[in-house]
Amino acid sequence: MALLDVDELAVTFARRGQRTVHAVDGVSFSVDAGEVTGLVGESGCGKSVTSLAIMGLLPAGKGVRVQGKAAFDGTDLLQLDPRAMRDVRGRDVAMIFQDPLSSLNPVVPIGVQVTEVLVRHRGMRGEAARLEAEHLLDRVGIPDPTRRLKEYPHQLSGGMRQRALIAMAVACQPRLLIADEPTTALDVTIQAQILELLKDLVRESGTALVMITHDLGVVAGMCDTINVLYGGRVVETARRRPLFAAPRHPYTVGLLGSIPRLDAGHGQRLRPIPGSVRDLLPWPDGCAFAPRCARQVDACLGTAPQLLREPDGHAFRCVNPPETDHTGEAAGE
Amino acid sequence: MNEPLVEVRDLKVHFPITRGVLLDRVVGHVRAVDGVDLRIARGETYGLVGESGCGKSTLGRAILQLTPPTGGEVVFDGVTLNRLPAAKLRTMRRRFQMIFQDPMSSLDPRQNVESILVEGLQAHDIGADRTERRRIVGEALDAVGLPRWALSRYPHEFSGGQRQRIGIARALVLGPELIVADEPVSALDVSIQAQVINLLDELQIERGLTYLVIAHDLAVVRHISDTIGVMYLGALVEEAPGDQLYREPLHPYTRALLSAVPVPDPEVEDRRERILLAGDLPSPANPPAGCRFHTRCPWAQPTRCADERPVLREVGPSRVACHWAEQIAAGSLRPHRTSPEAVAPAGAGSAPATVSAPHEPLP
Repeated sequence: MALLDVDELAVTFARRGQRTVHAVDGVSFSVDAGEVTGLVGESGCGKSVTSLAIMGLLPAGKGVRVQGKAAFDGTDLLQLDPRAMRDVRGRDVAMIFQDPLSSLNPVVPIGVQVTEVLVRHRGMRGEAARLEAEHLLDRVGIPDPTRRLKEYPHQLSGGMRQRALIAMAVACQPRLLIADEPTTALDVTIQAQILELLKDLVRESGTALVMITHDLGVVAGMCDTINVLYGGRVVETARRRPLFAAPRHPYTVGLLGSIPRLDAGHGQRLRPIPGSVRDLLPWPDGCAFAPRCARQVDACLGTAPQLLREPDGHAFRCVNPPETDHTGEAAGE
Repeated sequence: MNEPLVEVRDLKVHFPITRGVLLDRVVGHVRAVDGVDLRIARGETYGLVGESGCGKSTLGRAILQLTPPTGGEVVFDGVTLNRLPAAKLRTMRRRFQMIFQDPMSSLDPRQNVESILVEGLQAHDIGADRTERRRIVGEALDAVGLPRWALSRYPHEFSGGQRQRIGIARALVLGPELIVADEPVSALDVSIQAQVINLLDELQIERGLTYLVIAHDLAVVRHISDTIGVMYLGALVEEAPGDQLYREPLHPYTRALLSAVPVPDPEVEDRRERILLAGDLPSPANPPAGCRFHTRCPWAQPTRCADERPVLREVGPSRVACHWAEQIAAGSLRPHRTSPEAVAPAGAGSAPATVSAPHEPLP
C-alpha cells in the first residue's frame, strides 16, 4: 500500500466579485515508502497548492475549499482536526520550502528554532535538546554547529539556511518529507550539495520524499516516479526512465523540447510551446493544454480527457497522444 | 574571430564599505569586479556565467557605464567610453542597450507600451514626427512578435514572456549594435524561456546584433553563446568557445560548475560524476589571497595556489586562470577532499556596515 495516496484533490479559491479559481482540479498521485516522487510543472500548475493542501497549511474558510482525499498511512489528512494535524505535521510529515530566509524566524536564533521541533514532538528538554540540535546540524553538513546554533538566520548563507531547514524537517525522522522547490533559490553548486544531502537522507532513513520542482533536470536525477502537472491536473505519471525516453503527453514532449541542454551542441534550435498559461485562464472545460497543443483534435474540447493507464503503469491524459517512436527524438538522444 | 566591437581592459569596480553615523568612514571595499579583460567580437554572442555575487551583473553594467568603473577601460568600437564626456556618452548610448532580468520591475507600470517605446526615440531625437516614430515602434513590435494593439496597453496586462518582449522592443527601437542582456530568461517559465531565446537568436541573425548575455544558467548560455566567460569572485577564471568549454573545461571551478548542472535525461544523470564543492562563495569584500578559488578547490596544491594569483593565460583555444591547468587536464593531479569553511554572508558583521554604490548616473 502506498504511504500517501492523494485522490481527486481539488482546491478552489473564491473571492467576492471575482471568478472562483480552480488552482488544483482533481490531482491524484501516490507516494510509496522510501521512494522519491516528483511533481513537475510550471508556475500556476497547482503543484505548490497541492502540497499546502496535503500539509493542511491552507487557511480554513476565507473562500478556500479543499475537496478529495489525502490518505497518509490510511488516515485522511484532510479530515483531521487542526489539533491532530499539528501532531502529524513535523513528526510524521515534514516540509521544506523554497525560500529559506522567509521560512525562518529572523529574530530567533537557529538553535531555538531547531530545538522547538524536538521539544514539541520528542519531548526533549534543555541540554539534551541542544545536543540533539547540534547533532542534526552536523548531520546536514553545517560546519561548527555549536556556534551556528547561537546565530540568527541572516548570519547564515542561503545554502546553510536551507540546510538548517532540512535539519528541522528531519529532526523527528518523518516518514514523508515534502520539498517544495528546495533548491530554486540557490546557486547551481550549492544546489548540487543540497540535492546530494537530500538523496543521502532518503537513502539512510527510508523517508519518502515528494520533490516539487519546475526543473526537469532535477527530477531526472532524483525521482523514482514523476507526475507532470498542467492546469491543476496530473497529465502524465511514469517512472523516471520511460518518462524521459518516451513521454506520452504532448505537454511533456513540449517541455523536453523547449529546454536548452548542456550536453547538446551550440545552435540546436529550441521548440518552444506556443502561447502561455496566463493567456488561457480560467482553464478551458476540455483539456487545459489543448489551446497550446499542436496535436489538438475536436475530442480535446468539451470534456477533460480521462487518465489512460498502460500495462507498465505509465499513465497520461490525452486523447491524441504522440507515438512513442516519434518522441524518442524529442527526448534528444 | 571578427574584429572586436567591445574591448574591456583590466576593468575594476570597487564599492566602498562605509561605517559610522555622521561621518562615513570607508572601512574597506567590495571588489565586485577586480581586473577583467575581455573582447566581444562584432555579431557574436559572449556569454558570461557565474554564481550570484561573482560580479557578472556589475561587469555588464560597468561595460555600459551604468555603474562607473573604478579602474581600467571599456573601448566600444574604438571609443574609450569611461573617458567620454557625459553629453557624448549619452549620444553614444543608442548604440548599446540593455535588457533586464525582471520584466515587471524594469517597465514603468504607469506608462503604456507606446510611451515606453517612444521615450528612447524622443531622448535621442530619432524620427521626425509622431507618425514616423509610430512606424519605428510598430516595426519593433513586429520584430518581437507582439500585436500592434499592444501599444495602448499597460505592462500589467501582459504575461511575463510578453513583458520581456516589450523590454526587447524597447532596446531595439534605437537600432543598437550591442545588447547586454542580464538574465533575460531566468524569470520566465521553461516553455516561455525557449520562445524568448529563439527570438534573441532570430534578431541577431536579422540585424547582426552583438550580445553580451549574463546568466547563471549554463545550459541557456551554452545554447546561445559563441564564447563563454566563467566568472568567480570578480574575475574571469576561464574563457573559451562554447563547445570547447563544455568538452574540455580546464579550470577546476568550470569543471565543478558543469558537473553540478542537472541534465533532463536520466541516463546522463546516472552516469555522471559530480564534483561537489564544499562550502560557500567567500565574501568579495575579503577575497582569499592567491587564487580566489583555492579555498574550495578540490585540486588546490600546497604551493602557489594560496599565495600567487593566477593570471588568465592561453592554453590551446581557451584562456584559463589556473597554475595547474595542464596537469589537471592530463590527469597527473588528482582531486582531494576539501572541508567546508564557514563563510558569513556579506553584511553579517557584528557592527552595521553598509555597501553603497555612489554616484549612479541616470541611464
